[in-house]
Amino acid sequence: MKKIFFLAVILGMAAPALQAQKYFTRDGKINFVASTPLETIDATSKGATAVIDASSGALEFAVLVKGFIFEKALMQEHFNENYIESEKYPKATFKGRIVESTAVNWAADGTYKVNVQGKLNIHGVEKERTIPAVITVKGGKIMASSSFDVAVADHEIKIPSVVQDKIARIAKVKVDVTLAEMKN
Amino acid sequence: MTRISLFLLAIGIVLGSSTAAQAQDDLLSLLGEEEVTDYTTASFKTTRVVNLHSLENTHAGVLDFKINHRFGQLNQGVYDLFGLDNASIRLGLDYGITSRLQIGVGRSTYQKMLDGYLKYRILRQSTGKVNMPVSVTAVAGMYVNTLKWANPDRENYFTSRLSYAWQLLVGRKFNDWITVQLAPTLIHRNLVPVRAEKNDVYALGIGVRQRLTRRVTLNAEYTWVAPDQLNARYRDAVSVGFDIETGGHVFQLHLTNATWMTEPGFITETTGDFLDGGIHFGFNISRVFTIVKPKI
Repeated sequence: MKKIFFLAVILGMAAPALQAQKYFTRDGKINFVASTPLETIDATSKGATAVIDASSGALEFAVLVKGFIFEKALMQEHFNENYIESEKYPKATFKGRIVESTAVNWAADGTYKVNVQGKLNIHGVEKERTIPAVITVKGGKIMASSSFDVAVADHEIKIPSVVQDKIARIAKVKVDVTLAEMKN
Repeated sequence: MTRISLFLLAIGIVLGSSTAAQAQDDLLSLLGEEEVTDYTTASFKTTRVVNLHSLENTHAGVLDFKINHRFGQLNQGVYDLFGLDNASIRLGLDYGITSRLQIGVGRSTYQKMLDGYLKYRILRQSTGKVNMPVSVTAVAGMYVNTLKWANPDRENYFTSRLSYAWQLLVGRKFNDWITVQLAPTLIHRNLVPVRAEKNDVYALGIGVRQRLTRRVTLNAEYTWVAPDQLNARYRDAVSVGFDIETGGHVFQLHLTNATWMTEPGFITETTGDFLDGGIHFGFNISRVFTIVKPKI
């Protein structure tokens, strides 16, 4: 009888964990381009973190803004100091869920076009967004990619008049991550 | 018995699902906080306060072309348009070999001087994994006077043309607005004009940066020379000015009593009396070029 008690407790505790299969990465790639004919502005971070919960379709992304590498070091310094204010707002984040999460079969190989809905936080300013993404399941790994636009004004990033012709008002963001199964 | 086991099963489910719910609230916390060293950047807008080296280095792979210019003294009056008829310049190239090591060369009007220096970041102010309250940088420079010999008839030695400077920069960016640095300095001159002047001159520089807006800072520096080392007509160098950053350029506009822009020059041979109009209007222009692109 004692055995049954324990089995019951363990089963009860383990049941949600079994459903809640999660995938993660610590080296996701995020690139953004805000170029104009006068200036090339192109930066990449290869240190984005992300977790996707396959059972609920919930997901979270975060990237340290200081981790974006620019071709021009001075531009990188100004990006951090004058525009994105990385001392005050060290991270950019996205927290949301996959709208069509039930359509994705996480166990078998396949490619799915989905929409991701949630809150995008850049420069400490949160925006509700729905962003198209592509999820590829292959050999137990999850590849997720997405391209979307960010209007700098939406996140209260000010561009002074001196450089207004050099910086695009809308940054094109590309996310490219490969997630591995999280072992509990 | 079965009732109890059902009860326990229920408890198990509640416990299990509540931890799962927590996790879903903050999925990223599952990864744990990865501690990184966050190095303090932009203590100064550029690698010089005014004449003094600042805590900042030229970024790795970046070439910085510097044009430093001082007009004559304001008290020269209207005949010399308050000094604007005169000019003293230094043209320089600085290059960042690594994020810690910078080299530079320059050529000044003063003594037709050639100079070269090494600047190395020993400690970098940081928070996070490595917590370092101050930045410490060492600078070593060598200066060659290339004027024709004043007395070509006597035996002249090349070594007489040389002087050296060793400097330690110790400073801290207290917050986004204020940075303060100290610069203990030793100048060695192989040849001094009179016996009463010391070959080795000890000095202490102090530099302050106050940020005014995102793109403008107010800078001030003062170099105190320990007494009884120099001729009495020489004064401590004082400079006050603004740094204005416009994308690829930094313009430094200032008022200074020092005519010369190299360490042996402004530390040991400044004659201007700041309070009596012995002030130069001057500017430094910095333009950077990326030579080696960073790896992404």
